Amino acid sequence: MAKTLFDKIWDRHVVKTIEGDQQILYIDRHFIHEVTSPQAFAGLRERGLPVFRPAQTIATADHNVPTINQHLPIEEPLSRKQVDALTQNCAEFGVNLYGLGHKYQGIVHVIGPELGITQPGMTIVCGDSHTSTHGAFGGIAFGIGTSQVEQVMATQCVLQRKPQKMRISVDGELAPGVVAKDIILYIIAQLGVGGGTGYFVEYAGSAIRDLSMEGRMTICNMSIEMGARGGLIAPDETTFDYVKGREFAPKGADWDKQLAYWQSLPTDAEATFDKEYNFRAEDIQPMVTYGTNPGMGMGVAAQIPKQAKAGESEATFKKSLAYMDVQPGQSLLGQRIDYVFIGSCTNSRMEDLRMAAALIEGQKVASHVKAMIVPGSQQIALQAQAEGLDKVFIAAGFEFRQAGCSACLGMNEDKVPAGMYCVSTSNRNFEGRQGPGARTILASPLTAAAAAIAGEIVDVSKQVGVLA
Amino acid sequence: MQAFTTIKSTAIPLPIEDVDTDQIIPARFLKATTREGFGDNLFCDWRFDREGQPKKDFVLNNPTYRGEILVAGKNFGCGSSREHAAWAIGDYGLRVVVSSFFADIFRGNALNNGILPVVVSPDFLDQIFQAIEQDPGATFTVSLENQSFQIDASGTSTTFDIDPYKKNCLLKGYDDIDFLLSQKEEIEAYEKV
Repeated sequence: MAKTLFDKIWDRHVVKTIEGDQQILYIDRHFIHEVTSPQAFAGLRERGLPVFRPAQTIATADHNVPTINQHLPIEEPLSRKQVDALTQNCAEFGVNLYGLGHKYQGIVHVIGPELGITQPGMTIVCGDSHTSTHGAFGGIAFGIGTSQVEQVMATQCVLQRKPQKMRISVDGELAPGVVAKDIILYIIAQLGVGGGTGYFVEYAGSAIRDLSMEGRMTICNMSIEMGARGGLIAPDETTFDYVKGREFAPKGADWDKQLAYWQSLPTDAEATFDKEYNFRAEDIQPMVTYGTNPGMGMGVAAQIPKQAKAGESEATFKKSLAYMDVQPGQSLLGQRIDYVFIGSCTNSRMEDLRMAAALIEGQKVASHVKAMIVPGSQQIALQAQAEGLDKVFIAAGFEFRQAGCSACLGMNEDKVPAGMYCVSTSNRNFEGRQGPGARTILASPLTAAAAAIAGEIVDVSKQVGVLA
Repeated sequence: MQAFTTIKSTAIPLPIEDVDTDQIIPARFLKATTREGFGDNLFCDWRFDREGQPKKDFVLNNPTYRGEILVAGKNFGCGSSREHAAWAIGDYGLRVVVSSFFADIFRGNALNNGILPVVVSPDFLDQIFQAIEQDPGATFTVSLENQSFQIDASGTSTTFDIDPYKKNCLLKGYDDIDFLLSQKEEIEAYEKV
């Protein structure tokens, strides 16, 4: 029977089907971090259980860590306690930790791929909804709650019903200034924040295939923002070239064996999906969000809708616009902004830093804007320094920080003050996400960098001369 | 996990759609290393102003509305996978959340913590909101055994779906980990193939 990429991987990992379509799904790699693991470790301790497969469990500290002076003890006592708890738990249970100060430390969804731990055909979970990022390699990767983190620690399995399958195809060529982040913000704006609920999404089409691995990760990362548990992209030469040679990638004969498996994974031509969407790359502009969920996005040159979308409540729409202090029908072009954050598991990789640096080189951040670059990992920070990008950013007036989740969710000191507008390359514009009262406008690294220089929202596609 | 059978209670209306888990429990409260005490900060930024004073217009601060049932707009619990959202709801004293659909991860987290997510049709959800508006003291009866949700005043009732395995777990107060541990031999056999 013809199978999709998703079916092939899922079916291979089913240990057993139990009553009511619940399946015991075997997990190849389990990533953990300091925020969603302490209660799971405590659960193991209470039951007197070990971590069942520590070699398949990888830990890092990212959500809570400061992005300056990482060589010093963490000042904030609760953050320090949580990061210390991770260190102690990993030591006690024999889990490999890339903690603060380790050369491999970074955002969990950045380091997995970068180290070659994330590979095609795998099942990957983490107590973090953006685990969907890893699906870019052609694997099944999804976020879980802490109770499930404990289950995976104890048994290397989760209980899960097989989700429905959706395919979203984007064909054609992107306009100058339009990048992966714009594609996914466009898709989410079309489907809405609940449009993918109950589904796993395969992204396909020429515009997706043309993306680098970094771009594909940006796309899969935000699958959860339309409610989909995860997203994945068929592995191809781009994928294999990225994985090959990385520290934990298969080597020698093992590589050849794995490669043969990976090449068998793409969706069969006759396979069907429960739902399909097709979009044209040419229809996508640089995107910005105007409201308080990632589905409230629009082309940067468009106007904010005058009313809620069909099927959405007017009260929720108005509440959202009131929080953002914007008006129905308004354009965001020229909207004065206060902060720019380039970072997060969505957009903190080398490609993101390179595109932002190329755009701002030789220019200055607007005097009223506080702009910050937070690389996704220690390795990215080093690479950026090797390429001289840190100097470009600093000369322009950006702060160039150390690796972590940072202002995406403001668990550390990197918060946006109440009432301030922040153009952010992160994934969520929820109320208070970047700090109580903060107003987030989601955008690509290009749009964010251009906004930092202009001090307001601008249409980066009009700066094609600069881009070239 | 606390077992769930039947609950008869008044309900708290929250007619807002797409309530994300950052609203249910903001990230700055995720630094705890235990599961307790999150109820004090449930909906913190909607419930309290920056000085920590209760906001009068938020439903949890209105003494008229009490109960073990929260009734919310569609797509409740979207966003972050933080189980702290389910812990906060449970710690506050809620046992049932009703909506016309839930985000996947939240629904699973709720079930793993003895909180029942009840999915009803958009029309029935409106009827529940109306019943509360007409009489904040209106009670509702939720039977897990019968998979039914009743508006007691009118006797109008609807059924809801729940996975049979999860239903059994909730009725008995079992969690998944006990079950998975009982399957260790098969898991190890799978690993060898």
